[in-house]
Amino acid sequence: MSNKKILEIKNLKVFYESSGSFFTRKNIVKAVNGLNIDINQGETFGLVGESGSGKSTVARAILNLVKSNSGEINLEEENLLKLKGSKLRSKQKQIGAIFQDPYSSLNPRMKIKDIIAEPLRVQGKKNVEEDVKNLLKMVGLDNRMDNRFPHEFSGGQRQRIGIARAISTNPKLIICDEPVSALDVSVQAQILNLLKDLQKKLNISYLFIAHDLSVVKYLSLKVGVMYLGKIIEMANSETIFSNPMHPYTKILINSIPVPDPKIERKKKFVPIKGDIPSASNPPSGCVFRTRCPNPTSDCKDGKSEMGLIEIEPDHWVDKCCVNCK
Amino acid sequence: MKSKYKLLDVKNLRTAFNVEGKDVTVVNDISFNLSPGEIVGLVGESGCGKSVTALSLMGLVPDPPGKILGGEIFLEGKDLLKFSESDMEKVRGKEMGMIFQEPMTSLNPVLTIGKQITEILELHQDMSSKEAINEAIELLKLVGLTDPELRINDYPHKLSGGQRQRIMIAIALSCKPKILIADEPTTALDVTIQAQILELIQKLSNELGTSVILITHNLGILARYAHKINVMYAGHLIESGTTDQIFYNPKHPYTAGLLNSVPRLDLDPNIELPTIKGEVPNLAEFNEGCIFKARCPNPTNDCKDGKSEMGLIEVEPGHLVDKCCINCK
Repeated sequence: MSNKKILEIKNLKVFYESSGSFFTRKNIVKAVNGLNIDINQGETFGLVGESGSGKSTVARAILNLVKSNSGEINLEEENLLKLKGSKLRSKQKQIGAIFQDPYSSLNPRMKIKDIIAEPLRVQGKKNVEEDVKNLLKMVGLDNRMDNRFPHEFSGGQRQRIGIARAISTNPKLIICDEPVSALDVSVQAQILNLLKDLQKKLNISYLFIAHDLSVVKYLSLKVGVMYLGKIIEMANSETIFSNPMHPYTKILINSIPVPDPKIERKKKFVPIKGDIPSASNPPSGCVFRTRCPNPTSDCKDGKSEMGLIEIEPDHWVDKCCVNCK
Repeated sequence: MKSKYKLLDVKNLRTAFNVEGKDVTVVNDISFNLSPGEIVGLVGESGCGKSVTALSLMGLVPDPPGKILGGEIFLEGKDLLKFSESDMEKVRGKEMGMIFQEPMTSLNPVLTIGKQITEILELHQDMSSKEAINEAIELLKLVGLTDPELRINDYPHKLSGGQRQRIMIAIALSCKPKILIADEPTTALDVTIQAQILELIQKLSNELGTSVILITHNLGILARYAHKINVMYAGHLIESGTTDQIFYNPKHPYTAGLLNSVPRLDLDPNIELPTIKGEVPNLAEFNEGCIFKARCPNPTNDCKDGKSEMGLIEVEPGHLVDKCCINCK
């Protein structure tokens, strides 16, 4: 694996504004609030968090589907947020995307060969039939199936089609937003293996977004844990699972039942209290303080400050919660 | 906790759906039982018939297109399939409660939480409205909702997914049923909230002695909470046993494949995940023989020709496996 940086996100902020009416105040939802991520070529960065943590907004910001408020999204050292028009488009074709729901992400009226060829045609490529057949073969589908419609395929096969479409333009980076969470376990394993194989063959980088930590661990070299728009812990995958420092990361890891009854019976486990607060009204100071097992009185008053610090090489933890176990 | 008395005894249940003029059997000869206080898991992939099994037990299979073709469902010795619709209405809620996967759509959005709970109490328990409100507050306390006195005046949209699922549990338990059927109760929830809800179900089962049928596709959940596990595949029950038997001594290649294909936090991620080749067969097109033949690692010639027969046999006390696949692993 090379150390060439493919994606570098610096201090990204994405705020949504709810319109507000005569009676209600305008609300600002800080979906992503100061995010930093690096992804090297051929590597996978796993981004985990609960619903409402802002992980999908990160994906949408990189794909330019939402407007970012500030910060930088550098793809091979060029800031996408500064580019416009054809320059932006040519840069963007280096980013592919795979979505969660294989049922709604394929147009039901288009044949498979057209779905896969569309990104190529948009870029002005002609005579794409041979390419489509090769792509189908790469994702493990029979290339005689190219004349069929999406409804003739199962969920796992559709996700393979989605992957073929994502790799059709030879992207450097693929954003995978919960790509296996709608699939059954036996099919999920097939898709995870396929993603791993393709990464080896094509040297693609993945930003892998998921709520399932065991899936993230299987694919990712580095992992970042998000909570209310901020990354609260980040390290290589091995470290974060063997030595989690932030109380939220620990709870998240502990909440996942391991398919082994003897391990589960031995586990002493108290579920986290409460729900994730609303991003339109996050707690002041440390955003985790309402669910923290050990908040100090400063934390409770909303006076504590957040920010990642490096506690060992390449292991970053939010400074407010380093000692909160 | 685990007595041998069979509270629920399902025998040879068969349920079919009419698809384009043809009856497709989606629950095919299923037999299992449930003792008081037990948590029994029903596991399988989507389309394997686990939800239809639950609906059949509750008498909620939509007819048409669905139809129970045969079998018996004994609840404390009485066959529910012989009950009239009005008798079943008394069983539902009072004897058996059910919670569903989607807490966002299972509550009525135009009624307050309080109204949705007191309605049942007034109807089934003959309570006055005042008694019902007090009981509703008690139930909300039981399921761990904060400020229940205020919450009963809230509408469902004000609550999070986890809170709504707590309300659903409160409603399901309001008439103190003997059996709670939980159909993928946490699939739509985050892992941290999933843990809260499952711990709650387990606690309530221990405290109230409620038996639970826990339907899920997540094997980790069953490892933690189930006493016994039934594995379903394409409408058939292919293996059944205690949690330890299923996890440490799986006999059917599908059970073993399912266990191996789950990515686990405690295993090395650099090893390729074993998979079960292919996908679940289309039941409308399936003709005969062993239902697993297309994905089996070791099908015999008889299997391939569709000549093999299916049926559970006991391989050790309490451990049943489909006879066709006992040696296929």
